[in-house]
Amino acid sequence: MNLLLSFWRSSIGKKWLVALSGLALLGFVAGHLVGNLQMFGGPSKINAYAEFLHANEKPLWVARIGIIAAFVLHVAATITLVLQNKSARPQAYQLGRNVQAKISTRTMAYSGLTVLSFVVFHLLHYTFRLTDPRFKVIAEGGLLETSHDVYRMVLLGFQSPLVSGFYLLSVGLLSLHLSHGISSAVQTFGLESKRSAQRIRQTGRLLSGAIFVGYASIPTAVLLGFLK
Amino acid sequence: MSLTLDSNIPSGPLAGKWEKHKFESKLINPANRRKFEIIVVGTGLAGAAAAATLGELGYKVKAFCFQDSPRRAHSIAAQGGINAAKNYQNDGDSVHRLFYDTIKGGDFRAREANVHRLAEVSVSIIDHCVALGVPFAREYGGLLDNRSFGGAQVSRTFYARGQTGQQLLLGAYSALNRQIAAGSVEMHSRTEMLDLVLIDGHAKGIVTRDLVTGEIKSWAADCVIMATGGYGNVFYLSTNAKGSNVTATYRAHRRGAAFANPCYTQIHPTCIPVAGDHQSKLTLMSESLRNDGRVWVPKKKGDSRPSSQIPEDERDYYLERKYPSFGNLAPRDISSRSAKEVCDEGRGVGPGGLGVYLDFADSIKRLGEDKIRERYGNLFDIYHQITGENAYQMPMRIFPAVHYTMGGLWVDYNLMSNVPGLFVLGEANFSDHGANRLGASALMQGLADGYFVIPYTIGNYLAPAIGKRPSTDHPAFKQTESEVRAQLQRFLSIKGRRSVESFHRELGLLMWDQCGMARSERSLTKALKRIPALREEFWQDAKILGDNESLNTSLEQAGRVADFLEFGELMCLDALARNESCGGHFREEFQTPDGEAQRNDNDYAHVAAWEYQGYGQAPKRHIEPLTYEEVKLATRSYK
Amino acid sequence: MNLHLKVWRQKSAQSEGRLADYEARNIPEDCSFLEMLDLVNEDLLSKGEEPIAFDHDCREGICGMCSLTINGIPHGPSETTTCQLYMRKFKDGQTIYIEPFRVGAFPLLRDLAVNRSAFDRIQQAGGFVSAHVGAAPDGNAILVPKTQADRAMEAAACIGCGACAAACPNASAMLFVGAKVTHLGSLPQGQPERDRRVLAMVRQMDAEGFGNCSNYLECEAVCPAEIPNSVIGQLNRDYASALVKDTL
Ligand SMILES: Cc1cc2nc3c(=O)[nH]c(=O)nc-3n(C[C@H](O)[C@H](O)[C@H](O)COP(=O)(O)OP(=O)(O)OC[C@H]3O[C@@H](n4cnc5c(N)ncnc54)[C@H](O)[C@@H]3O)c2cc1C
Ligand code: HEM
Ligand code: HEM
Ligand code: SF4
Ligand code: F3S
Ligand code: FES
Repeated sequence: MNLLLSFWRSSIGKKWLVALSGLALLGFVAGHLVGNLQMFGGPSKINAYAEFLHANEKPLWVARIGIIAAFVLHVAATITLVLQNKSARPQAYQLGRNVQAKISTRTMAYSGLTVLSFVVFHLLHYTFRLTDPRFKVIAEGGLLETSHDVYRMVLLGFQSPLVSGFYLLSVGLLSLHLSHGISSAVQTFGLESKRSAQRIRQTGRLLSGAIFVGYASIPTAVLLGFLK
Repeated sequence: MSLTLDSNIPSGPLAGKWEKHKFESKLINPANRRKFEIIVVGTGLAGAAAAATLGELGYKVKAFCFQDSPRRAHSIAAQGGINAAKNYQNDGDSVHRLFYDTIKGGDFRAREANVHRLAEVSVSIIDHCVALGVPFAREYGGLLDNRSFGGAQVSRTFYARGQTGQQLLLGAYSALNRQIAAGSVEMHSRTEMLDLVLIDGHAKGIVTRDLVTGEIKSWAADCVIMATGGYGNVFYLSTNAKGSNVTATYRAHRRGAAFANPCYTQIHPTCIPVAGDHQSKLTLMSESLRNDGRVWVPKKKGDSRPSSQIPEDERDYYLERKYPSFGNLAPRDISSRSAKEVCDEGRGVGPGGLGVYLDFADSIKRLGEDKIRERYGNLFDIYHQITGENAYQMPMRIFPAVHYTMGGLWVDYNLMSNVPGLFVLGEANFSDHGANRLGASALMQGLADGYFVIPYTIGNYLAPAIGKRPSTDHPAFKQTESEVRAQLQRFLSIKGRRSVESFHRELGLLMWDQCGMARSERSLTKALKRIPALREEFWQDAKILGDNESLNTSLEQAGRVADFLEFGELMCLDALARNESCGGHFREEFQTPDGEAQRNDNDYAHVAAWEYQGYGQAPKRHIEPLTYEEVKLATRSYK
Repeated sequence: MNLHLKVWRQKSAQSEGRLADYEARNIPEDCSFLEMLDLVNEDLLSKGEEPIAFDHDCREGICGMCSLTINGIPHGPSETTTCQLYMRKFKDGQTIYIEPFRVGAFPLLRDLAVNRSAFDRIQQAGGFVSAHVGAAPDGNAILVPKTQADRAMEAAACIGCGACAAACPNASAMLFVGAKVTHLGSLPQGQPERDRRVLAMVRQMDAEGFGNCSNYLECEAVCPAEIPNSVIGQLNRDYASALVKDTL
């Protein structure tokens, strides 16, 4: 706790907290993606997966608490940093220019905030299932066969182009966030050298691209009718 | 007040003088040191080293510089390296050899005792700088690397890429920072010293102007150390920084400090040639380049072919031809004058024929481009930046430029001027380089003065002076302050038509033409006629806008140029009075039949120290004879 | 060549500033940027206007005193400093914006001159090795492998100009601080105070109000001394390890 506090109190310490929590979140995003890709294995596969997860309540909650903590820490730290950074330059340039900062770098706060609003919507959507009356078991007036009929829920959800569109946009921005975030975290940890910098940045972009393709494949497949 | 020049050189054999003097110097106990306040003006190598060391010893130090940070003093620009008699290369170097080379390099116009001390402490300088974290170049085995430098046949020059001065200054700056953090040094940046305050004939304080607010302020101390650098900017175009000036030393001169050997100016052979009238300063290419570059011009007059089309046998490698044993490493004055000669013959290259080639083709062939890049990469980059030319593919063009001033305030062995309590360090004093400075020895002198000499010698003045510090309420401070204010007011009320800059330019050109690389009675007389007239014009017609109460760069400049306009005259007088050629002072009337400098040891083996007699009055020339116990005066020969 | 300048004029920190329009006429291509401003100032003077105040000294790219933001980029389109920027980099008739370094921790003094003493204070906090004069061992007593010496030199080349903070969207000084931490941290002489140094320097950096690094890499792009971004990584690592040791 002491350590957390002393890190929180300094600029560089906070930076470490952002990077560590960011990597934890990245771990979740990657794991979640692997789970979601089971959609392509058909209803039995993914539903069994969902059932398996929920059968292990204890470890699941441990993981959930970890993720929530990381998320809260990440958001709180980044917001305070962004505010501090803004006040470090009280008077802006009349003509401001960047030499080499990429768009992903310059939009971290915006992409992060979009991801934040997405996660809120996403939780209401698939976890609490409050946005769509069909996401209930048949007995309760919905269309799902069991409460673990994730396959059908996702299918129904993405059949709306509006919902799919928002998902696509959000995972796009998430991947943009990560295309800077991954290599940035490596640099924050001081693991980047002059020689490896270029390779690390490329790897970061590649990974985030893969995450985008993975996540985007599900709504796209539903919309195009590959998943029925 | 009559002026006495007692050099206070300790008796006894040369090699033991410094040890003996250190032993005999007065000590001040640590508890008492806290009772002394010392002003240090200037934070270059000499000033920063002195302030840091005196602070470390426990004195209360106030340091001043006109830049926005002590780290920006002009020492930062030195590229080539620093000498020390370490003999790490086992090539026959020793304290005695460094001493001898420096005396000979100075054309036998320096004090033996000072130079010997310099050579002795050179060894400790390197040790101390390494301890401070100065990243000197290393060999693969981890040992310190050396290179050879103009005028020496041994490799004794330590360097940090092409940024030796920068790294040494940053080392001194870090030591200074440590003392600032510890509270023993109080730093005042963007504060210019405008006058020295004397009380009962002793230097007891200064008056400064805050360059941001214009505030004029007095500072009292037990003694004053000035380490304010050289006055090369009297030539307007020089390798010095734009802010380098003579103001601090000249104003001390007006208060009674003798100015010694002002005519000794070093012309550096390897600068980038002037490109046009807009030019505001000249850029040096470190002479370490001469280790691997060969100097040549076409044999034919007016040969306008590009360098690559001039065949080998139509090139004149004139330094190698004239000085076979030193070749391209001949001392600065010789290299510079030889370049001027070939250009005067019409064989110069580049715009206006004012340039010679410095060619790396052979070295690149021998060592490979990578090695050359490693050694001089940043110099080649600077050259490219300025000229737009790639020196890996074509030779550089170089030309001599004013670089260093050997003259300065007269000081004794304790580095104290003839004004008691006024110490002068680094390039601002006259002491160690005689008539010419060898490469890589100014950095050595600055650090020697600051780290290793002044901490010992200052006690001799301070110990008896305990409890005698006046307060700034003393009428002398009020008087000096009001004189400073009056001068600033006078600048602002001229309201003429010409910019200060244009006066400086005109003075500079005049000095370069009449009192530059070669001087004669005729040219000097001409300059001596023109300078007072120019000065009058300045006071009638200079245009200085704005007020004193804000950051006003024209007002700062006005003060400096006004001083140059008086000082230029002193320089010419000194050059005229020295009827010989020696080192950085070449009088056309005094040369051998083959054009070498001709010294006159019978009449001029002395220091000329000038005493101020009032504005517009001819200053008075005093002499301190130079006696040589150890070395035999010989004609310098670099053949 | 002729140029259209938009120059920031501001009499003092307290007064309002604005961009003033000036025409620079007949500027030679071999002129440096500061020499161009000298010519403009001569012209202003002749019209009875006060010259533009800007900082400069060595004019050869080493003292770090010059500090202009030219068309939005600190030190402009040169690979080095403003004083080593030559007019041949511009096109005839071009419009050039000239602004001061805009960093909260560098308060403006006048026109284009700012106060960078925050950098000095960061160095005073710990950018040194505590070595007494006269107490040093022989220079060759401690061997320093060439690779380490070179890395130290690379980082030590920082000229303290402040362009990194001026270019950083967060006005962060981490490249500057990282350079000193890396310089002294790469040498055996710097080891004893390594942890203390980095903690103290970062504390001071934060206190001065500089922003925090988000790895934009703008600093590295404008740095005239070519300080590589890896010094920030080194700073982060040294800081975290020192902080852990300090806290536990
Ligand atoms: C381009 C160049 C390259 C060089 N290369 C080498 C080299 O390779 N080897 C070598 O040995 N020597 C070299 N020299 C010479 C050497 O660098 C200088 O002689 C030496 O650094 C001078 O140091 P200093 O401390 O005496 O003065 P400086 O470093 O010039 O410092 C002067 C200080 O005085 C302050 N000051 C001046 N006037 C006032 C005032 N009125 N009020 C308040 N403060 C004032 C300034 O702010 C500054 O802090 C070179 C010189 C130049 C110009
Ligand atoms: C699953 C979600 C998220 C993941 C995987 C993630 C990942 C990361 C990573 C790896 C970094 C780089 C850290 C570094 O530079 O060292 C980062 C930085 C950042 N994140 Fe996130 N993030 C996520 C969500 C968010 C959210 C919701 C916000 C919104 C507040 C946000 C805002 C930021 C910001 C502003 C930065 C830049 C911080 C800085 O360096 O100044 N992130 N993120
Ligand atoms: C196409 C993309 C996605 C699909 C199909 C998808 C699907 C799902 C489903 C079905 C659930 C509910 C599981 C259940 O409660 O049974 C879920 C939960 C969740 N999703 Fe997603 N998701 C996608 C993208 C994302 C993204 C990009 C993020 C994060 C940035 C994310 C974060 C979460 C979180 C935090 C939960 C809650 C986990 C929990 O309850 O422990 N999802 N997702
Ligand atoms: S790191 Fe580079 S940009 Fe920053 S102060 Fe140093 S030299 Fe200037
Ligand atoms: S531009 Fe700024 S964000 Fe970091 S990498 Fe450089 S300090
Ligand atoms: S004026 Fe010295 S770096 Fe530009």
